[in-house]
Amino acid sequence: MSQVRVLVGTRKGAFVLTSDGKRQRWDVSGPHFAGWEIYHLKGSPADPNRLYASQTSGWFGQVIQRSNDGGKTWETVGNKFAYDGVPGTHQWYDGTPHPWEFKRVWHLEPSLTDADTVYAGVEDAALFRTTDGGQTWNELPGLRGHGSGSSWAPGAGGLGLHTILLDPGSARRMYIAISAAGAFRTDDGGETWRPINRGLKSEGIPNPTAEVGHCVHRIAMHRSRPNVLFMQKHWDVMRSDDAGESWHEVSGNLPTDFGFPIDVHAHEPETIYVVPIKSDSEHFPPDGKLRVYRSRTGGNEWEPLTKGLPQQDCYVNVLRDAMAVDSLESCGVYFGTTGGQVYASADAGDNWAPIVRDLPAVLSVEVQTLPPSRAQV
Amino acid sequence: MIRVVLPYHLRTLARVDGEVELDIAGQATQRAILDALEARYPMLRGTIRDHVTERRRPFLRFFACEEDLSHERPDAPLPDAVATGAEPFLVVGAMAGG
Repeated sequence: MSQVRVLVGTRKGAFVLTSDGKRQRWDVSGPHFAGWEIYHLKGSPADPNRLYASQTSGWFGQVIQRSNDGGKTWETVGNKFAYDGVPGTHQWYDGTPHPWEFKRVWHLEPSLTDADTVYAGVEDAALFRTTDGGQTWNELPGLRGHGSGSSWAPGAGGLGLHTILLDPGSARRMYIAISAAGAFRTDDGGETWRPINRGLKSEGIPNPTAEVGHCVHRIAMHRSRPNVLFMQKHWDVMRSDDAGESWHEVSGNLPTDFGFPIDVHAHEPETIYVVPIKSDSEHFPPDGKLRVYRSRTGGNEWEPLTKGLPQQDCYVNVLRDAMAVDSLESCGVYFGTTGGQVYASADAGDNWAPIVRDLPAVLSVEVQTLPPSRAQV
Repeated sequence: MIRVVLPYHLRTLARVDGEVELDIAGQATQRAILDALEARYPMLRGTIRDHVTERRRPFLRFFACEEDLSHERPDAPLPDAVATGAEPFLVVGAMAGG
């Protein structure tokens, strides 16, 4: 029977949750790197026992950890993230120029084919890459340097590059997203980039339909259809059917179209998930009811998924990197909350149960679907 | 021999218990201590001072002999008591909780 490994980053350490394919009984390992913020950890598709973790601290800065045995043991690797050339400035919250300063790694995206190659999305927003297993990191400067970088401004959580999507059909195409600059695409392996935000409308910026400046919270794709993208924006759930060339809104009947994560069912490319949050002023579920919403039509028509989720007095948030799916035959869906719960559904969202209830605030959730011998931690 | 006391999280990161003892050739300065510390424990690079600017990270302080040496020049000589190992060089994290 296949096994599942759930990688959880929290405000105070990392946790590794493992189960068999039934996904009913779970082993919990951790905290790893206790007391540190673990923004994200993710396994390599090319070697599932190769894991990378972003360990960070306001006191001690950035550390990158690597495991070669599925999270049993870890070793530090390189943590030097130096911008290419003279970094220049981006916009500060008040519109004034502000020097580019590295703060932390928000997201690690291992290559689909090479366990030693990883992309890192960082704050202040830039994209870095390692090709030696994390020992050295180099910026892909074409993103910040493509022309609009000086106009990017931070979202409330900082100027973070949080989404990195690698196109499984084209090794040279990838998508990234930045809060609050928008989405960008490269078709040449990261040398050159251009914004792909046509169709987005954001009322909080001077020109609501500007080419850049949108607070994109998350983008997701199904690997079988890499030209179809789904986006949870600050407000609005959006869809593109042409690799980001244009977007249209698919919020439909959602109770609120504000939120952070969005993900796609492993086997149904038109089935997508979001977690509606009341507003950008009140970061908790509407009416104190934690509901995942599922659309089986690629958006517009949404159904609430509530079985097993708290339906009263629930005031947690679900952050942008804190939802993931497994690829078992009955697709599992997972998300973590700022209240420290990690919920799992082994039936595509119909029924939910907490794997753990009392972790530190969850920052990220990733899932690996493994053959039986690879899940022990 | 110079004695260095690291904060808890850096001891954990470097996998050391208690004080770190360093032998330094030449004059004992902050830069010499940090160079020697990072050479022995490469995982500490970037965690005490910035990789590029080599400036002390803002939430860390350097104390010794009941004095705050945080704002001394990196190449300023440290007190004799530190240089001889009579007193430790303390790397201290700011008392900011969370």
